[in-house]
Amino acid sequence: MKAIRTRGGLSFRLDVRTAVVVAVLIVAALVASVVLIGTGDFYIPTADVVRTLLGNGDAGQEFIINDLRLPRVLVGLLVGAALGLGGAIFQSISRNPLGSPDILGLGQGSTAGALIMIVLFQGSAVQVAGGALVGGLVTGFAIYVLAWKRGVHGFRFVLVGIGVSAFVTAVNGYLLTKADIVDAARAVVWMTGSLNGRDWEQVWPLLVLCAILVPLVMTYARPLRMLEMGDDVGYALGVPVERTRIVLMGSAVLLTAAATAAAGPVSFVALTAPQLARRLTRSPGPNLLPAMFMGATLLIVADWASQRAFGADQLPVGVVTGVLGGIYLLWLLVIERKAGRI
Amino acid sequence: MKARATMDKQPTDPHTSESTDRQERAAVNRLVADDVTLGYDQRVIAEKLSVEIPDNSFTVIVGPNACGKSTLLRALSRMLKPSAGRVLLDGNVIQSMPAKKVARTLGLLPQSSIAPDGITVGDLVARGRYPHQGLLRQWSAQDERIVGESMASTGVAELADRYVDELSGGQRQRVWIAMALAQQTPLLLLDEPTTFLDIQHQIDVLDLCADLHEEQGRTLVAVLHDLNHAARYATHLIALRDGEVVAEGAPSDIVTRELVRDTFGMECQIIDDPQTGTPLVVPAARRVREKSAAGAGSAGAGAAGAEGTEAAGASAKAAT
Repeated sequence: MKAIRTRGGLSFRLDVRTAVVVAVLIVAALVASVVLIGTGDFYIPTADVVRTLLGNGDAGQEFIINDLRLPRVLVGLLVGAALGLGGAIFQSISRNPLGSPDILGLGQGSTAGALIMIVLFQGSAVQVAGGALVGGLVTGFAIYVLAWKRGVHGFRFVLVGIGVSAFVTAVNGYLLTKADIVDAARAVVWMTGSLNGRDWEQVWPLLVLCAILVPLVMTYARPLRMLEMGDDVGYALGVPVERTRIVLMGSAVLLTAAATAAAGPVSFVALTAPQLARRLTRSPGPNLLPAMFMGATLLIVADWASQRAFGADQLPVGVVTGVLGGIYLLWLLVIERKAGRI
Repeated sequence: MKARATMDKQPTDPHTSESTDRQERAAVNRLVADDVTLGYDQRVIAEKLSVEIPDNSFTVIVGPNACGKSTLLRALSRMLKPSAGRVLLDGNVIQSMPAKKVARTLGLLPQSSIAPDGITVGDLVARGRYPHQGLLRQWSAQDERIVGESMASTGVAELADRYVDELSGGQRQRVWIAMALAQQTPLLLLDEPTTFLDIQHQIDVLDLCADLHEEQGRTLVAVLHDLNHAARYATHLIALRDGEVVAEGAPSDIVTRELVRDTFGMECQIIDDPQTGTPLVVPAARRVREKSAAGAGSAGAGAAGAEGTEAAGASAKAAT
């Protein structure tokens, strides 16, 4: 911890280790992005990628990079960041690492919305994204209403989420059996979570949303940190308890739903990113910024890994994050069990 | 009304007479519950309850389980909104005041607080400065000084870099008190601060409270289970039963056999505490109590069997 004070009476507290972690994660995300842009059927050396991104490339590379690969990578970065931040907020509010959007069924809710558009209406890509967004928001609202009773108790929150998740999964199964083979194939691809074919159309809405929500969330980071000590301590310290929770929950649901609408339900980033970030910073508190950059880095690295191992557009990124996240979840369950919290 | 009848016999605070104007009362004492009805959902805990916390007192609220003492404390600290009536802080309805402003006047040590994983003592105590901070004023030199002082006065300064999870129960309670102190509030409410502590640490925490009251002139309000601790440390005692005030005043004035019988439904003898001269409640021997219960016509058969299990239960408790 380092105190920074100005003569004008401004003062800030900087956790040096956290700052270093954030810086390293940003660099890692950028490096991974550049490498990922160079990766694909048509390999482009890193130096050329950097030159083209700076606006000095040749026409052919410019087309491949700026029109095809850059938007895909940007969608990946934004989706990862949104999932990491949303997950950190959820875990902090529920005071439980399992209180993540993945476990609570927000992804399932978005999937239901998307499936309804695909199966029942044969909707366009934009309509499917819209359906996913609405599905996620409705699920988030349902969990909010069902789990709220004089504050959140971590366990109750997780259990309600699992219940909602089970219900929505059943609905999704029903929708899939009703679908004809073409729609079903499309639905399954969507459900795995993939960055294939994402272009600037997906970048802009996500970017605007993040530009609004990230600063909003950051202004509530301090009250959120106080709430981790319990609602009573929150009240004692003068935190606007209910308002903080509603604003943050709303933001987290929006971030998660928008990320899912753009890339499908990429599993386990929201669960793992905050936990990994926390283990790096070794700092209590919600670790919002580290979780956000960890999410972005994780998603880009996972996408790169899936492309390297199985060739471009072969394996959706959701499979890789699912495998890694599943292993991580098991490990977390074992650790938590030892600590006596589950 | 039984509560009033008992109160009238006792020398109590002169300001509690019902004719006194509300505003005037608020001007006298900083924290006042005025005719409040308290409850959760449909369950009413207390109706039309009025309580004043005398300024600069160490007020202790006692009463049997479920008498509403913690509920009253929650209302006084605005964690529970009364369904009728109001809680006044410096003459203002507490719910209408900005949350941070209340938090700079009224501190609270709740029963249920969670130490975040991997937090150090210094960091936890520093969080008590939250109501004095803002987005651009997060950690002033004053904050740092007060956090240091709070840790020093609760004797946890040397633990500053330790993790809270590693501490013993008594140390941890001191850390939470240090956090509440760092809030620098003239009023401090403590909800059962000695629960789960062994006798030595109970006395330790109560001594600390007495110091805060005597040396720093803070107004303290605590909910305590132990009547003898209450009688020893309180300057003002409020006895509650079923959401009503049975009696209030200085412990030496109000702690009597009748009060204990009315409040807790238990026969006892009151003697002077050999150490402090304050009233000491000695529960009547089991045979005496059983006799009086038999006199009331409710003595059950098989008392010997009940005795046996009771004794076994008591020794099991003592062992844990």
